[in-house]
Amino acid sequence: MDWIVYAVITLAKTALLLFVLLTAVAYATLMERKVLGFMQLRLGPNRVGPWGLLQPLADGVKLFFKEDISLPVGEPRLYAVAPWVTAVAAITPFLAIPFADTVAPETVQIFGHTVDLARYGLHRGVVADLPGAILFILAISSLSAYGVVLGGWASDNRYSLLGGIRVTAQMISYELSLGMAVVGVLLVAGSMRLTEIVDAQARMPFIVYQPMGFILYLTAAFAETCRTPFDLIECENELVAGYHTEYSSMKFGLFQLAEYAHIITVSAIAVTLYLGGWQGPWLPSGLWFVLKTGALVFFFIWVRATYPRVRYDQLMTFGWKVLLPLSLANILVTGCAVAMWG
Amino acid sequence: MIGPLLKGLGKTLEQMFRKPITIEYPEKKREVSERFRGHPRLLRDETGRIKCVACHLCETICPSKAITVVPEGGPQMHDKHPREFIVDLARCIFCGFCQEACPKGAIMLNRKYELAQYRRDVLIYDKEKLLEE
Repeated sequence: MDWIVYAVITLAKTALLLFVLLTAVAYATLMERKVLGFMQLRLGPNRVGPWGLLQPLADGVKLFFKEDISLPVGEPRLYAVAPWVTAVAAITPFLAIPFADTVAPETVQIFGHTVDLARYGLHRGVVADLPGAILFILAISSLSAYGVVLGGWASDNRYSLLGGIRVTAQMISYELSLGMAVVGVLLVAGSMRLTEIVDAQARMPFIVYQPMGFILYLTAAFAETCRTPFDLIECENELVAGYHTEYSSMKFGLFQLAEYAHIITVSAIAVTLYLGGWQGPWLPSGLWFVLKTGALVFFFIWVRATYPRVRYDQLMTFGWKVLLPLSLANILVTGCAVAMWG
Repeated sequence: MIGPLLKGLGKTLEQMFRKPITIEYPEKKREVSERFRGHPRLLRDETGRIKCVACHLCETICPSKAITVVPEGGPQMHDKHPREFIVDLARCIFCGFCQEACPKGAIMLNRKYELAQYRRDVLIYDKEKLLEE
């Protein structure tokens, strides 16, 4: 009978996580517009609700009631599925990220029957405490490229197709550096389980041991999420809007949702791997996690307000000739250091 | 390479804490200068008479033919004033030539600039409308 309790708790955690994440995505759009506005000496949206706080709601309603234009050409089924692939792939990795210390007691009494929650780590603040969480996250989050490239191809539009192809090339180049940058953390922590990685940072966050790795991870993450300065897939001056040119209504909304969910996900992973996860003094653990992730999301927006877009050959050159050798060197140095002092 | 990047980040962060330069238009209106050229208007003298003597100079000089003046004689000798004075604001280009040409200082451009209307005929101002402040 224990499995019913396990299922209920896991479902409850998933529902909570999904609710919080989708709300966070909605407010990330508002945050982006506000912060960009302030950095450009504007005010940003401030008409809907106090300080524009209801703007995401209004945007959602608007997107929902917009006409869903479907194409007479191309691949209608792939065209319809593509946004969902991207959105699901952007949200799913969150299941493996520990967002708080503990959210439930280790054992619960139900009708006089004791259920051991600690057996599957269900009392901890993570939906699925996977042994190879990092691999799961890297595998799932790179799937979002499929949605983008399928959307670009199924649109039957040259600009969309070029945008989609750029995504594949960019993803392959930067996924490599991203994975290599993460290896440094794995060497220091000696585990792939994210809860153990967070626990290992109780005394000192890993950014102290892996400053280079953190910078490499962030740079690759910018390319992974296709954010400025690496947002060549939706480069207006060359590709109209790239892969989502032909999308409208909630399908476009899903692509948009996926983009921001992706930013939040890579920020949360960076927090877990380098910034000590949910650990921090005084405040409750979940709040620390939210604060750290929010700060990184702010950094993403800040960078967008600052840097221009790079050229496509510069992007590729930087990925293969600078980022990859640096991440390999980082692994080498970390490995030597761990072998000598670890 | 990293130095200039960080400098750029510092610059944008600095901007974030400066006062936004946005004027929230419908609530706050932009202050225009004293010499701003807005809608044309007709002026009265101290006794309350229309200063205009219907000499047609403004009508003649108007590059967009926005002004129509129909003169009318008064009770006294040499007395002349406009029976109708029509300015089509949809045609007016706010050049201020009428103001320069007027020998009596009877037509002036004021500082109003909100011209948007739903109907075009609302923008055709007659004498009474032009005499309003």
